[in-house]
Amino acid sequence: MDFLVFQYPMISVQACLDGILLGILFALIAYGMALQWGVMNIINIAQGDLVILGGYIAYFMYLYGIHPAWGVIVSPIIMFFVGIAIYKLVINKVVDRDLFISILATFGISILFMQLMNFAFGADVVLANSDYGTTMLFNNNVVLPNSKIFSAFISILFAICLVIYMKKSKLGRAIRATAQNARAAKILGVDTEKVYAATFGINAALCGVAGALISITFTIHPYMGLPYTIRSFMIVIIAGLGNLPGVAMSGMGLGVFEEFADYILGTEFRIGSVFLLLVLILVYRRFKLSRKREYLK
Amino acid sequence: MNKNNLILYIGILTFGIAAPFLFPAFKVQLSILCVLIILATTWNIQGGEMGYNSFGNILFYGLGMYLCASVQVGMFFPLAEWTESGGEKTFVHTPAQFFQGMAVGLLVAAVVPTIVAGLIGYSILGLRGHYFAICTLGLGVAAGEISGGIEIIGAGQGFTTPPFPDVGNLESRGEFFYFLSFIVLILTFIAVRGIYSTRFKLILNAIRDNEDKAEAMGIQTMKYKIVGWMISAFFCGLAGGIMGGLVGYIDSTDVAFDGREMGVFMVLMAILGGKGTLWGPIIGATVFHIFKEGFWTFFLGWQYVALGVLIVVIVIYFPEGIMGWLREKYPERFGEVVDEKDRKAQVELK
Repeated sequence: MDFLVFQYPMISVQACLDGILLGILFALIAYGMALQWGVMNIINIAQGDLVILGGYIAYFMYLYGIHPAWGVIVSPIIMFFVGIAIYKLVINKVVDRDLFISILATFGISILFMQLMNFAFGADVVLANSDYGTTMLFNNNVVLPNSKIFSAFISILFAICLVIYMKKSKLGRAIRATAQNARAAKILGVDTEKVYAATFGINAALCGVAGALISITFTIHPYMGLPYTIRSFMIVIIAGLGNLPGVAMSGMGLGVFEEFADYILGTEFRIGSVFLLLVLILVYRRFKLSRKREYLK
Repeated sequence: MNKNNLILYIGILTFGIAAPFLFPAFKVQLSILCVLIILATTWNIQGGEMGYNSFGNILFYGLGMYLCASVQVGMFFPLAEWTESGGEKTFVHTPAQFFQGMAVGLLVAAVVPTIVAGLIGYSILGLRGHYFAICTLGLGVAAGEISGGIEIIGAGQGFTTPPFPDVGNLESRGEFFYFLSFIVLILTFIAVRGIYSTRFKLILNAIRDNEDKAEAMGIQTMKYKIVGWMISAFFCGLAGGIMGGLVGYIDSTDVAFDGREMGVFMVLMAILGGKGTLWGPIIGATVFHIFKEGFWTFFLGWQYVALGVLIVVIVIYFPEGIMGWLREKYPERFGEVVDEKDRKAQVELK
């Protein structure tokens, strides 16, 4: 336990800003999660591993001397096809089945990816150095790496582009129609199979962007995937499906929570506190819903 | 039919007692097999029969493991100094102390997880479907992460369980743990078999098939769900306590709360054998363990890749499990009356 954060108010400002910038990234991943959950009704445990894989693509570009920021463009393109491959191989067989089957199947994919990445890239914690420098605020009391600001900016940019795409394009309309009612969409001539594949691909691409940004801003490691899955799941259940401002807000809230947990409880409890928060939120939600149900009776 | 069953049970019992002497090199593997069967069978109580697919039974397993070892050490020596010295030879258990500690430790390891399951049951079991699955997954991982930060049980560096005392015979360690796990396995089997022949099992099945309807029929579903989970927790804790002593070293995320390995294994074994049957998890665990030990060496280092592929393949192509497949193939054996004419008509329709 460390209460430095209460003695020096500037640390809380730092934690808040860090948390918000981090939370925007979480919100981007959660948006992908909400998309596939809403459209295909599956929960993808491998979400976090897709993020880490996207991160490694950017890291490899960095290793070969290309600036890792270009990973923001390359990584989603590669990840889109990875996502479609996963869909064709596994996901299309579990879409109509029991939800638990899809959870278990994607859990298997997650273990597979984790281990393959471990073989391919080694078990070291790595980061792609972007050399963006830092920004000092409030009389040099608050230090913000420019890479974090860059990543938040890019995330917002991608999210806005995607929202516009979903609103205006033909595929976006088809995706939204399928999310509302898959059968009706099929009757009206929407190729739902294609829509599902595209949705999963877009989700994987979003993960790729987020992963590239994470490899620039933070660190990546083959086994770090599951916490990202849990975070995005948590954000989606707080915000609800199809509530974009909610996703952004709860993402930032989660980021701030994590930074404070890091300062107060210590870094070793950071991931633990995220998982515990998930349990608490689910339990809270359960009691809230059960009250509503009794009221309806 | 009943006579056949009796012969089967006696056969298995004889084999179980003779096994460590027939295959002296595989004693540890056989003990692990017993533990795996216990885990799969008890997962099946709420996963298969009740329809609440939990990834979180690893919580009780790890809790039992830590509790058993801590009690065993803490009864005779200061626990903090033990973990600090990394379980070096500063403190040595006498045989009497070891067995006494093990007995009390196993008792605690069984009872405390049961109480924990009862306490958290009301809030957690109110969740349905995938919310329950993800919540329990979170519980398991959170427990691992948090126990990895607690100093008194070794934090990140791990916890060495008391070494087996020198009782003259080199073979006795393996035999002790084998028979311990085998006895617990038999107790588990008797208990589960007893449960499955009562109304309790029917209620669990009713909850699985339609919980709202079961509630409307006047069954207090929440009460039964909690009791079902507590039974699972009881045996998971016991299994964890035995496994801790058997492995000899407890690490928070790699041994105790090993959601990536043990936590998935129990689900996978139950599904492989056939969810919601008495023998399914037992067959599944045996097949899985033989496969794992037999082929893991060929994959050397690629085990987890093989595991991931195995999960996907089993879940997608074989969700009914071995028992489900047998049932489809030989329905007469399961006491189902098949109308030949009806079946032929159906085949022709296809």
